[in-house]
Amino acid sequence: MAKQLAFYVDMNACTGCKACQVACKSKNNLPDGVRWRRVLQYEGGEWIEQNGQMVPSNVFTYFVSTACMHCENPICMTVCPTAAITKRSDGIVLINQDLCIGCRYCSWACPYGACQFNDELGVMSKCTMCVDLIDKGERPICVEACPYRALDIGTLEELKAKYGNFIAPAPLPDPSITGPAVVYSPTNKTKSFGDTSGQMKNIEEL
Amino acid sequence: MSNKDFLTKTLTDTVLTRRSFLKWSAALGGAAAIAGSFNLGLKAIEEVAAVGEEKTLTFACYHNCGGRCVLGAVVKDGTITHIVPDPTEEKDPINEPRALPCLRGYSQIHRVYAPERLKYPLKRVGKRGEGKFEQISWDEALDTIANEMKRIKEAYGNEAFFLSMCSGTLWTGPDGRPPVRRMLRLFGGYTDYYGTYSDACISAVLPFITAGGGNSGDDVLNSKLIVLFGDNSVVTRAGGDNFGYYLIKAKQKGARFICIDPMLTDTAVATDADWIPINPGTDVALIAALAFVMVEENLYDKEFMATYSVGFDEDTLPESAPPNSSWMAYIKGDTDGVKKTPEWAAEITGIPADRIAKLAHEIAGTKPCAMFQGWGWQRRAYGEQPVRALPILSAMTGNFAISGGGPGVRPTGMGMKIGAMPVPENPIKAVIPCFMWPDFITRGAEMTNGPRDRIRGVEKLSTGMKFMWNHGGNALINQHSDINSTKKMLEDDTMLEFIVTVDNMMTSSAAYSDIVLPETTGFEIDTIIHGGGHGEKGNHNWALYNHKLIEPLYESKEVYWILEGICERLGILEEFREGHATKEDWLRDMVAVAQETYPDFPSYEEFKEMGVYKVSSGSPSVNFAKFVEDPVENPLKTPTGKIEIYSPTLAGLNDPEEIPAIPKYIPEWEGVSDPLREKYPLMMIGSHAVQRAHSTFDNVDYLREAHPQAIWLNTWDAKQRDIKNGDMVRVFNDRGETHLPAFVTNRIRPGVTNMPQGAWYTPDAKGVDTRGSINVLTKYQPTPYAKGNPQHTNLVQVEKI
Repeated sequence: MAKQLAFYVDMNACTGCKACQVACKSKNNLPDGVRWRRVLQYEGGEWIEQNGQMVPSNVFTYFVSTACMHCENPICMTVCPTAAITKRSDGIVLINQDLCIGCRYCSWACPYGACQFNDELGVMSKCTMCVDLIDKGERPICVEACPYRALDIGTLEELKAKYGNFIAPAPLPDPSITGPAVVYSPTNKTKSFGDTSGQMKNIEEL
Repeated sequence: MSNKDFLTKTLTDTVLTRRSFLKWSAALGGAAAIAGSFNLGLKAIEEVAAVGEEKTLTFACYHNCGGRCVLGAVVKDGTITHIVPDPTEEKDPINEPRALPCLRGYSQIHRVYAPERLKYPLKRVGKRGEGKFEQISWDEALDTIANEMKRIKEAYGNEAFFLSMCSGTLWTGPDGRPPVRRMLRLFGGYTDYYGTYSDACISAVLPFITAGGGNSGDDVLNSKLIVLFGDNSVVTRAGGDNFGYYLIKAKQKGARFICIDPMLTDTAVATDADWIPINPGTDVALIAALAFVMVEENLYDKEFMATYSVGFDEDTLPESAPPNSSWMAYIKGDTDGVKKTPEWAAEITGIPADRIAKLAHEIAGTKPCAMFQGWGWQRRAYGEQPVRALPILSAMTGNFAISGGGPGVRPTGMGMKIGAMPVPENPIKAVIPCFMWPDFITRGAEMTNGPRDRIRGVEKLSTGMKFMWNHGGNALINQHSDINSTKKMLEDDTMLEFIVTVDNMMTSSAAYSDIVLPETTGFEIDTIIHGGGHGEKGNHNWALYNHKLIEPLYESKEVYWILEGICERLGILEEFREGHATKEDWLRDMVAVAQETYPDFPSYEEFKEMGVYKVSSGSPSVNFAKFVEDPVENPLKTPTGKIEIYSPTLAGLNDPEEIPAIPKYIPEWEGVSDPLREKYPLMMIGSHAVQRAHSTFDNVDYLREAHPQAIWLNTWDAKQRDIKNGDMVRVFNDRGETHLPAFVTNRIRPGVTNMPQGAWYTPDAKGVDTRGSINVLTKYQPTPYAKGNPQHTNLVQVEKI
C-alpha cells in the first residue's frame, strides 16, 4: 500500500459541539439517523459526601470525535458478501452502493458503528473521508469545518510522528481488532480503551 | 422528529421536500421551473451558476448566537450542494483567525427548507392563540395592518404602539428590524424598551462599577490563570473567531483554567478547568469570602484600591455615605455583624471552606489572572449583584487594567464602521424595561418611573399597549417567563388589540398573533452585515456581503418590500424611501460609510465580488490602561469617575435590602435557602444550548439529532428518583409542567438541574408541554433595579414518567 490516510483528533481542542457531524451531514446530504461522524461523551467519577457537603470526586468528561477509521484491516470488507467494500491504495475504505444489497453484515461487524444503513437509499453508507474532495486535493469537510481546529488528516505515518501513537481512547474498542487509521491527542483526563471507570453518556447513542 | 415524519410533514405542507427539491433540480439541471404554486428558488441559482459550473458565494447567519461567522454556499448545477467555512481566506493566524461557522451555520440549508417555514400571509380566524389561521393575500395583509395602525393611533395615540424585544434577525441594514423602527418612528413613534433578555442587569448596573468592558478577547492569550465565573463561551460565543476560540487557544498556550459554575460546562471540559461547583445564585457570597481571605492575609493591592476605587473601605467612601457602608465593612461584618468568612460562604455556596481559601490564594497569587463573568448569573432574582461584585476582585488583585488580566467583566472586540439603516429620533419618549411588556398590556396607564416599573423618558404612561410589532421574536410566548399566564393574558384581545408577527417560522409566538407575515431568510436576500456578534472577537473584524442564493421561497417577502407597502398605505412612503429607489441604494449607502472610515474599502460591486473585507489592529488591547495611568485626566465613565464599588446613585434609591449601594449577597426567592425547596427541591437553571440560538434553530432536524433536548440531573438526584440516563421525566412546579428525557450526569451539582432554554413550546391536548420548554416553569418577577428577567431562578420537582 502506498500510504494510509488517517484522521487526527486533538481532544484538547474538542468542545463536543458536533459542528463536524452537522457539516458532514450537510455536505453528504445524510438523512436522519445516519451520522458518519459522531462525537461520544465519556464521563466518570462520582459525587461523595465530605464533612456534610457533597463534593465531586474524580469527576471527568471528555469528547471523542469519531468516524470511519479507514482501518488497516477493515473487518467490514471481510464480512461483505457482495464485495461492495474496497480499500483504495491511499487507505480509504469505500462502500460501492451499487453493489451493496443492504444486508447490514458490515454494521454488525464494525466495532466503531461506522457502517450505517441509509433507509432512503436502502443500502449501507459510511464516511468516505470526503473522497471527492481528497481527489481534488482538498480536505474532508469535517476537518475544514471544526471551529476549534481539532481535526486534521494526513498519512498515518506522518500523524504518528507528529502527534504520537495514542489511537484508542475509551469508550472506543480494542484497536487490535481492525487497526484503526487514526491518531488522538489525549487530554489529561483521557482513559485508554478497556477503561471501565466511566460510561458513554450521549442519550442519542442509547 | 424522525426522518419519515419530516418527509411526510414536508410533503403535506410544502408539496416538495428539500431532498426531492434537490433531486428534482439536479435532474432538471436547474434549468426548469417546477409546476405548482410555490417558487422553489431555482431562478437565482441559475443566474449565479450555469450547469456544470461550481461557485461559492458568501453569506452569514444573522441570529442572536453571540457570534457572526463567514459562510460559503457551494452552488453547483443549480443547487446549493453544501455549506463551507469562510471561502475567502486560507490563512488562519492565531490573532486573526478565520471566522469558521459553528454547527448551526452548517445546518442552515435544513433551516431554510424546514417544514415550519411560513409560506404566505396569514390572518387569525379563531380565538387568539387557538392556532386557527387563514391564508390571505399580501394586499389584504398590508391593508389590514395599515388600517389597524391608523385606527389605534387615532384611538390611543402612538404611545400605545410597541416594537417588542426580538433577536431572531440581527441585520443592521435595510433588512430585519431597523427599517421597522424607521417606519414606526416616521408614523409618529412607539413606546420603546431598554435592556435585553440577555443582559438586562449588566446593561443596567455596569455603568455603576466600571462603565466599560474588558480587554479585547484575544488578550486571554497573555493570561496565566483564567477564572470563569459562569462563563461558558465555547457555547455562548461559539464560532471560529469568537471568544470561545480564544479560550481554547489560551489553554493550548498553557493557561490554567478554573471554572465556577453549577455545571461542568463544555468550556470547562475543553479547557481542562478545575471545576468548583457552586449553588446557583450564591456567587456574591463566594466573592465576598474570597475578598475576606485576601484582606485577612494581606493579599491585595491597598494602594490601588485607595487610588482607583470608591467605597472599597471607609476611607474611600463618598461623603454622602453613612458609616460602615463600604465593601470592607460588609466583608468584615461591620455592616451586619456577619463576617464573610469562607466558612460562612461554604454554607451558602456549597463549596468547602478550604477550597474557597485555596481559590483566594490561587487568584491573588497568579499574575496575570483574567476573571470573566458569563451572562447567566445575572438572569437571576438579584442579577444586579454579581455583575458589580467580580470587578472588585480584579481590582484588589491588581489585574484590573493589565494585559492578561482585565476588569472582571466580559471582553470587548474591535468595532466595524459600516453604515446602518438610518432611524430617525423617536417622537415618543416613553421607554419600558424590555421584560415588563406584559405589565404594559395589563396596567399600562398605571406604569410610572417609580420603583415598581422604572419606566424611563416620561413619569407615567398614558395608555396600555394596543399594537405590537413582533419581528423575528419568540418572546411573546416561548422566551418569556411563565408561558401559561402569558397565554391567558394574550388570549384576551380586548387589552392588546393587534399583534403583527413577522418571522421565518411558525413559532408559538406567531401562533398568538393576529396577522403573521413570512419574511425571507438570509438565503433569499442581498444584504450587508459585519462581524460584531457580541463584540468579543478579539482585535479584528470584517464586513460581509450576504449573497442572495435562491429566490424567496413560497410567498415570503423582504421586509423592505413589506414596509414600503405599509408606508404607501400610511402616506409616508416618500419619507421612508428618502430618495432611495431600491433597497440596494441603502446597501450602497452602507458601503459609502465604510469607505469614509477605511480608504481601501472596495466599491459596492467589488465588495459584492470579494464577499468579505477585513480589518485588524494586529494586537490585543487593554481597556482602562489610561485610567490607571492618570485617573484624574482619564476618569472612568462611572458617575464618580472611579471603580464604583459604592454607588451613590444606587444608594439614592433607598432600597438597601434589594438595591444595596455596594454589591451584596441577597438570598433569592426560589433560591438555595427558600423553604419552598421542601416541595420543589431542585434549583433549575436554563443554560444556553449550542444547538440553538435561543429558540432559533430548535426545529432543525440535524440539530435536534445532534443534541437532543434533555434535562441535566445529578446522579444522586436521579438515583433517589429511580431515573436512568435517557428516561422520560416530568418536570413541574406550581406554574406548569413539561416532559423530556433526563441526562443523568456528574456534570451538575446535586440539587441543581439544568433545562437548556429555547426548546419550542409544544403542548399536548391537556396543555402539558412535551418538548422541555423551560418557560412553562419560570416566574414573571422582574429584578429589583434592572427589571430584568430572572429566568434561571426556579424551583422544580422531577419525577420519572
